[in-house]
Amino acid sequence: MTIDEWLQNALQDADRRNLPALRPLLEGLATSTKTLRAADWNLDLSGELPETPPTHVR
Amino acid sequence: MSADLLGTVAELSRALQSRSITSAAVTERCLEQIAGRDPSINAFITVLADQAREQARAADQEIAAGRYRGPLHGVPISLKDLIDLRGTPTSAASRVRRGHVAAHDAVVSTRLRAAGAVFVGKTNLHEFALGTTNEDSAYGPVHHPLDPTRSPGGSSGGSAAAIVADMCYASIGSDTGGSIRIPAAACGLVGLKPAFGEIPIDGVVPLSSTLDHVGPLCRSVDDAALLHQTLAGMPNPSPLKPRDLSGLRFGIPRGYFLDVLDPEIAARFNEACTRLTTAGAILDDVAIPHAADAPTIYVHIALPEAAAFHATTLESQPEEYTPNVRLRLEMARYILGEDYVRAMRGRDVLIREVNTALHGRDGLLLPTLPVPAVKLGAVNVSIGTAEQPVRAVTLRLTQPFNITGHPAITMPCGRTHDGLPAGAQLVGMETVALLSVASAIEKVLQSS
Repeated sequence: MTIDEWLQNALQDADRRNLPALRPLLEGLATSTKTLRAADWNLDLSGELPETPPTHVR
Repeated sequence: MSADLLGTVAELSRALQSRSITSAAVTERCLEQIAGRDPSINAFITVLADQAREQARAADQEIAAGRYRGPLHGVPISLKDLIDLRGTPTSAASRVRRGHVAAHDAVVSTRLRAAGAVFVGKTNLHEFALGTTNEDSAYGPVHHPLDPTRSPGGSSGGSAAAIVADMCYASIGSDTGGSIRIPAAACGLVGLKPAFGEIPIDGVVPLSSTLDHVGPLCRSVDDAALLHQTLAGMPNPSPLKPRDLSGLRFGIPRGYFLDVLDPEIAARFNEACTRLTTAGAILDDVAIPHAADAPTIYVHIALPEAAAFHATTLESQPEEYTPNVRLRLEMARYILGEDYVRAMRGRDVLIREVNTALHGRDGLLLPTLPVPAVKLGAVNVSIGTAEQPVRAVTLRLTQPFNITGHPAITMPCGRTHDGLPAGAQLVGMETVALLSVASAIEKVLQSS
């Protein structure tokens, strides 16, 4: 699901639940999620695997 | 030391041990301050006057009988009202928990009780700790003791306000995105977020299991060390040994961490750096390349975890939440599992980058809160010519270290022209070492 599709579904659901005040929050969340998905640490399995494995290191 | 001279825990504990003052007297003084000032500040949700008097009398009797327990014996403190204290309500500042009475002590309460601390009450907070202003509380907002039109910061705002208003000597708060350090900085106090997992959170109302920390707010780094040792279950808490600042090396993380600062906060921080350099510290710039991703990582970890905790009550009694907190939790329920996983991978990246920045250094030094205490009711705050959302700007400099779990402490770092406090934040690898270094910094910052 793309973020735009996710947002449309979420907005419709918020309307269905009579929570219109959720709309601006969901729109802001969508912007944040786009940033998250664009981050360079996300795996792209069509290409090279990262040198550092995804483990907690502290 | 008279009961009118409220100072640090360390000062009080010496006076109590030498029996130049009694716990009963200082506890009574704190209760008088609560009675006199709290109607306008609203720092407390529950005041435990009778219990506190009884604990203080018992402490005095034990000390007189030669059974001194340590530096917290007889010291009046408060607990943020999301920490269980057996036999008293734990409201989390929410109507959702109306009628709750804790059957057991939280682990930290047990440790403080064993250390002989006197609990004067449970302090107000942003409902369920989900906010940084303390405005969304079923018990009403907390007012800043230095300016009642402003927020003391949050979510442990009642804890900070209670100390500043001399209602207790220290308070135990929680910090998921900055909720100890933000109010401590806004109120001119010391606030410690220990390393992740170091202090048990059993018996503390959770917000985010990956990001929650418990720690002290107090008047000095020495006090933070005494409280930290007790909270961590270390035997025989003792004051920090003096350390020379000369030759200590600190990284200044530029970019994200210094890009959005109120000019007066920036000035106080720069002045602090100059003083530290003059005192012999070595300051250099460090990079945390993904720091700007911290807010999105934070949102996608903290909110789904909070949503999981709140799902049942959101469905059964949504109207019992304050409107803003309910909306944020409802929003949280739309976050997808795949995005939570992406955020957890981002957390790994940030942990590695902060570890790298700390390598060969005694700490990272940065401001704690980009702005002075904000006006109650403000949605945005002006920085230069730009408007910034209060929530985002207040979390900006603290939440990265909840994500990474590194210990972080805020110390007072001067005041604005309006008399509002600024805070400097020190981040390290390990809490005891951080406190030792912070003590050296504190001495330099206090000496000017």
